[in-house]
Amino acid sequence: MDKFKTISSKVIPLPMKDVDTDLIIPAQFMTSISRDGYAQNVFRRLRDKDPQFPFNLEKYKDAQVMVVDDNFGCGSSREHAVWALYGAGIRVIIGKSFADIFASNASKNGLLLLTLPAMVVDRLLADAKNEEYTVTVDLENQVVSFPDGRSLGFEYEAFRKHCLLHGLDDIDYIRSFDKEIEQFRKKQEKEWAFSTLRANHP
Amino acid sequence: MSVKSESKGSTAAPNQKPLKNIIEKIWDAHLVKQKEGHPAVFAIDLMLLHEVTSAQAFENLAERKIPVADPQRLLATIDHSIPTRPNRHEIYDEAARAQVDALRQNCKKHGIPFHDFDSGTQGIVHVIGPELGVTQPGMTIVCGDSHTSTHGAFGALAFGIGTSEVGHVLATGCLLQEKPKTMKVTFKGKFLPGVYAKDAILALIGQLGIGGATGHVIEYCGDAIKAMSMEERMTVCNMSIECGARAGLISPDETTYAYIKGRKFAPSDKDWAKAVETWQSFCGDRDASYDREVVVDLDLLAPMVTWGTNPGQALQISENIPSLRDIAPEHQATAQRALEYTQLREGAPIRGVKVDWAFIGSCTNGRIEDLRIAANILKGHRVAEHVTMYVVPGSEAVMKQAQKEGLDKVFEAAGAVFRNPGCSMCLGMNDDKVPSGKRCISSSNRNFVGRQGPGSITHLASPATVAASAIAGEISSSDKYLG
Ligand code: SF4
Repeated sequence: MDKFKTISSKVIPLPMKDVDTDLIIPAQFMTSISRDGYAQNVFRRLRDKDPQFPFNLEKYKDAQVMVVDDNFGCGSSREHAVWALYGAGIRVIIGKSFADIFASNASKNGLLLLTLPAMVVDRLLADAKNEEYTVTVDLENQVVSFPDGRSLGFEYEAFRKHCLLHGLDDIDYIRSFDKEIEQFRKKQEKEWAFSTLRANHP
Repeated sequence: MSVKSESKGSTAAPNQKPLKNIIEKIWDAHLVKQKEGHPAVFAIDLMLLHEVTSAQAFENLAERKIPVADPQRLLATIDHSIPTRPNRHEIYDEAARAQVDALRQNCKKHGIPFHDFDSGTQGIVHVIGPELGVTQPGMTIVCGDSHTSTHGAFGALAFGIGTSEVGHVLATGCLLQEKPKTMKVTFKGKFLPGVYAKDAILALIGQLGIGGATGHVIEYCGDAIKAMSMEERMTVCNMSIECGARAGLISPDETTYAYIKGRKFAPSDKDWAKAVETWQSFCGDRDASYDREVVVDLDLLAPMVTWGTNPGQALQISENIPSLRDIAPEHQATAQRALEYTQLREGAPIRGVKVDWAFIGSCTNGRIEDLRIAANILKGHRVAEHVTMYVVPGSEAVMKQAQKEGLDKVFEAAGAVFRNPGCSMCLGMNDDKVPSGKRCISSSNRNFVGRQGPGSITHLASPATVAASAIAGEISSSDKYLG
């Protein structure tokens, strides 16, 4: 996972509620066995339908910050949705709320999700229509700065922040508890001696 | 039907052991380590694997030279992208073939039990787990698939994860998790004829909205749940994710134990009493509290069907599609887009809308009981001339059982196509797609834009409603075909 660095970027707006992961990356583009190659089909259906869809517009090219509405990333657990957005250059998504599995997938791929108050998000959705509109997201200090000079602090869970800033994934952290895991399993296998998971496997 | 929310219930008196619900008990029993300010290291008892969300996880492990921690706690099959036509072994789509081959090889390399074509046990992951008896109460179960909540029907804490997390479980048998909030949903009352578990869960999602239970794990309770078969309970738990819940589960009882007993992975007779005692111990304490409580009354519930492009846009079949002005302002734009996509008029009846396709299958409603209900309605009738109907069993075991009971003959006599098992038209990753602009009544779980194929329109309903609508050629309830 790449380390998360402070980002200054224009903002691409997506003023839709309940955007599901089928919409972010349709199932028929999910047949690859690698993490790459999804970006060209991000929001494929919306892009094909509407030439004015923000991801079709030159003015938002290279935007690294996206602003969305409520319940973004609901539906299928496909991590391909995060890979597609990340592949398309998105590093931060600001919204009112995010679906659980999507949020967890994002944090494991270096994509920062920021939940901000609804009023701020609505304002941002409106302002982002202006192509000169640039925000700066500083995770280290937990601040977003807006072009009018104002800035806003945000909450972010300390452990996840540490992982994002240092590009760490969960495996190393979990493996540092190898002993505890072993003890846990020993005890559990005694208590669950009736379990035939092992015995009946070929 | 009515839904009411109640505030958090009573808590234990001081100096008494805190009362715990089933979700908290399973959570506590799988907590390996929790450092202050960190997510918990949480033990996973079983991970299910399929071809679409696992390859990148294996690749990540290979790159970092990390071995698979415990192959015996894994179980793999192929379901999402495989064909369901007769010569299904020949996968023409190169990418799908590569996914299947990659999983087969990864399983071989790491010694992971793999349920391949014609093993007799291949099928949709969430159908075969319970069939084999690997899904048991008190367990933690994950899969790179959001409908893993299906296994919650057995009193297991089962939830979908992303591919990175699949890698974490492969490598360590654990996940980092935040403790979920808990929600109690009580289904009260009895079903009217023609109304099923699918209708109950669609009603709940319609009420809560598709993000309504985000961050929560739901426990389903009440007389109606107690009276349900395991198949019906699986249908309910399956769709928990559609209201945003992380998982949904049901406390184990005699119905649960009777279903598990005698299955391939069930505890032996000698250990049975001990197993049941352990499972029972996970049931929640009386008067345990939840972060949220909701009651749904089923006494007057009619069959449900969706009209829009998310599972929360659902109504009773006798109702009219809502008028935009009756929808909360913040949901109007979504509703308007949905109506444009589904080519329906606000305020118009949903009953009688012409359908072109009908689909019975998926991990929601592709089990033997669902096929029996559909066959019972189709018997002696023909699917309407303009309707193409697919019946796709959830697993090889379901397919064989259906053939044994002659259900395949009933479907064929009615003009429906009986296919090989897989996810099929639930997500249209293989050749089974609803053509663009065509309308499908479907027993699956998602009606998202293009879910069943680019440009396809989906109406979710119970197998009974799907069968009745296929005969009528339009959205129709099943009452006139029953008994
Ligand atoms: S049947 Fe549908 S919902 Fe179930 S696992 Fe397959 S694709 Fe997912």
